Amino acid sequence: MTVPNGKSGRLAFRNARLIDPASGFDIKGGLLVENGRIADIGPRLFNDAEPRDPEIIDCRGLVLAPGLIDCRVFTGEPGSEHRETLASASDAAAAGGVTTIVTMPNTNPVIDEPSLVDFIRRRAQATAKVNVAPMAALTQRLAGETMTEIGLLQEAGAVAFTDGDRTVANARVMRRALSYAATFDALVAGHAEDPELVQGAASTESEFATRLGLPAAPALAEAIIVERDIRLVELTGARYHFGQISTRAALDAIAAAKAKGLPITCGVSAHHLLLNELDVGAYYTFRKVKPPLRAETDRAAMVEGVANGTIDVIVSSHEPQGADTKRQTFASAAFGAVGLETLLPAALNLHHNGDADLMRILASLTIAPAKLLGLPGGRLAKGAPADLALIDIDEPFVVDERALHSRARNTAFEGRKFQGRAQMTFVGGECVFSRVD
Amino acid sequence: MTSPSPSPILKTSHLLGIEGLSAPEVTGLLDLGESYVAQSRAANKKAALLKGRTLINLFFEASTRTQSSFELAGKRLGADVLNMSVKTSSVSKGETLIDTASTLNAMRPDILVVRHQDSGAAELLSRKLDCSVINAGDGAHEHPTQALLDALTIRRRTGRIEGLTVAICGDILHSRVARSNIRLLAMLGARVRLIAPRTLLPCEAERFGVDIFTDMKQGLAGVDIVMMLRLQLERMSGAFVPSTREYFRFYGLDREKLSCAKSGALVMHPGPMNRGVEIASDIADDLDVSLISEQVEMGVAIRMAVLDALARGLS
Repeated sequence: MTVPNGKSGRLAFRNARLIDPASGFDIKGGLLVENGRIADIGPRLFNDAEPRDPEIIDCRGLVLAPGLIDCRVFTGEPGSEHRETLASASDAAAAGGVTTIVTMPNTNPVIDEPSLVDFIRRRAQATAKVNVAPMAALTQRLAGETMTEIGLLQEAGAVAFTDGDRTVANARVMRRALSYAATFDALVAGHAEDPELVQGAASTESEFATRLGLPAAPALAEAIIVERDIRLVELTGARYHFGQISTRAALDAIAAAKAKGLPITCGVSAHHLLLNELDVGAYYTFRKVKPPLRAETDRAAMVEGVANGTIDVIVSSHEPQGADTKRQTFASAAFGAVGLETLLPAALNLHHNGDADLMRILASLTIAPAKLLGLPGGRLAKGAPADLALIDIDEPFVVDERALHSRARNTAFEGRKFQGRAQMTFVGGECVFSRVD
Repeated sequence: MTSPSPSPILKTSHLLGIEGLSAPEVTGLLDLGESYVAQSRAANKKAALLKGRTLINLFFEASTRTQSSFELAGKRLGADVLNMSVKTSSVSKGETLIDTASTLNAMRPDILVVRHQDSGAAELLSRKLDCSVINAGDGAHEHPTQALLDALTIRRRTGRIEGLTVAICGDILHSRVARSNIRLLAMLGARVRLIAPRTLLPCEAERFGVDIFTDMKQGLAGVDIVMMLRLQLERMSGAFVPSTREYFRFYGLDREKLSCAKSGALVMHPGPMNRGVEIASDIADDLDVSLISEQVEMGVAIRMAVLDALARGLS
């Protein structure tokens, strides 16, 4: 394999295992890229004749899939560029096979103004090597009091509306915001933790938290908000996505809401699929995430939710933190862990464990988020953007924080043995990452 | 001057809402209103129909145009008019509405015109007072004379109401004008559309037999009349819409949106207008499309008609 420079406009992938969760095909074949888009695809492509293209990539049986779309990425731009910029986050994304990052508005200033959505898009255009799709704030300054200009923000390019890792505590404000969002058919992404109930908590209430003496909140803080918001969706008809859930109670409530036909979807983070509360171990602050890690039964429920499709998308919840915020006691350390580069390996863990099938896992990372947000990528289809990940699904490796591309190193998976990761990543037909020299 | 018609126009001694009126009653009021337009335009505007009668304007909410319109209507018909506003009444000193009613009753007025911030206030007073009560706007319930003057304005311009498509746009949730207009226009055979963001649409609004749109351009397609409502800016902080600039962008009437309506479509507004919020200035001031000043003129005429109709029933 050679690294293409991607400048010719034509790129041919041969001998690939083509997996497209959008159409459900998993076949051996080839794929042709022209001018940044998928021009052709099929089992017999290039069989009769060698493609007469200047750039040919022999995939040698590796998986060629749509590039990943990560629906929940916090960056530090603007305001905390020392933790992460759009550029450094995009480096990490590319290294993880992620071709679109959906950014959270929790920056300084908060992305609650059309001009700031425009700023993110321009900065991304100028500095990021993957696609950046910004979510805008649902309430002004994320204060949970006054809804944002959803119509104007949508016109500026916001793909959805969220207060990120904050819950809108006031049900009246939430009702109005959902009702207003429904006017524009805008997607609202909520965070489900009752803010009063979890105030000051660093972990989930349990025997383990008691032994460690950690400030803790009951796991049902999540279901309380999930159930409230489901009722509000029923009232308002808004399209609603729970950014990430972490408990069985929330999963069951969402499954019931979906069965009723409500326009509700949800995500789960890789952390909550692979780790449980015991992984906090000896006050390991890199595993202090929001919501906090849960009981093993809840973790198992999350895996089940991905396998049976109740959970629509898997996200990294990439949240860069620096030494200043993480080299602290557990109670005072900031929440969050980086995850763009471990999203795919962590998700593939479900495949290797036999917990969920590969097609379903890849769907939750590609076509499901694309459909949710109305993005053009996430599929291997003629005319679709050539956002692609070439994946060796079996390659073993050990996570080493020093090898991360993110500006922040706070991975929750340091030293973890994984199997499978991206070998090459393409955005609009251009190679933005390659593990091959 | 109109000579009293043989049968009374109104069957009740109060005008509390459009709800409860019949189509012949409404048409009768419109016809009578028509005749008062000429009188209002004449040099001598005064008639003696209400000579010796007392009309009290009791306004718990500030209003310039409705109050002065009723005052003029009363004076043009020869009544003695007393304006009471809440600032100067004992209500601001804590008196209940019913106590106020008994006090007023003792003064023996013939007609009481009342505006109140709470729905049902006019109805309550009508039960406690011996005089005729006219609802000049109660909460988000009804504002019948506004709907009547709107209908008169439309009828004079287009010659009919039946078969027209009328779009009522904006803050319908808080609007008594919208509720009265929906009832009246539907009664006279117009097709009514409501256009608003969902936050400003009342619950179950579709049960009023109207078509509902959240996209203004779609909602305006093919309409004959565009009725804009005032965005109650004092409610902006209540988070029904995020900002006035966003409101204007999606729900403010400008040339571009108006071009979706039928060509020659007419624009109305009950006032007071927020220019650049719900209506662009150039439309408000365009005499070819805007009926706004005409509405004010018809307001006096229709209120004279209402006073006349009620006076016929006075003993």
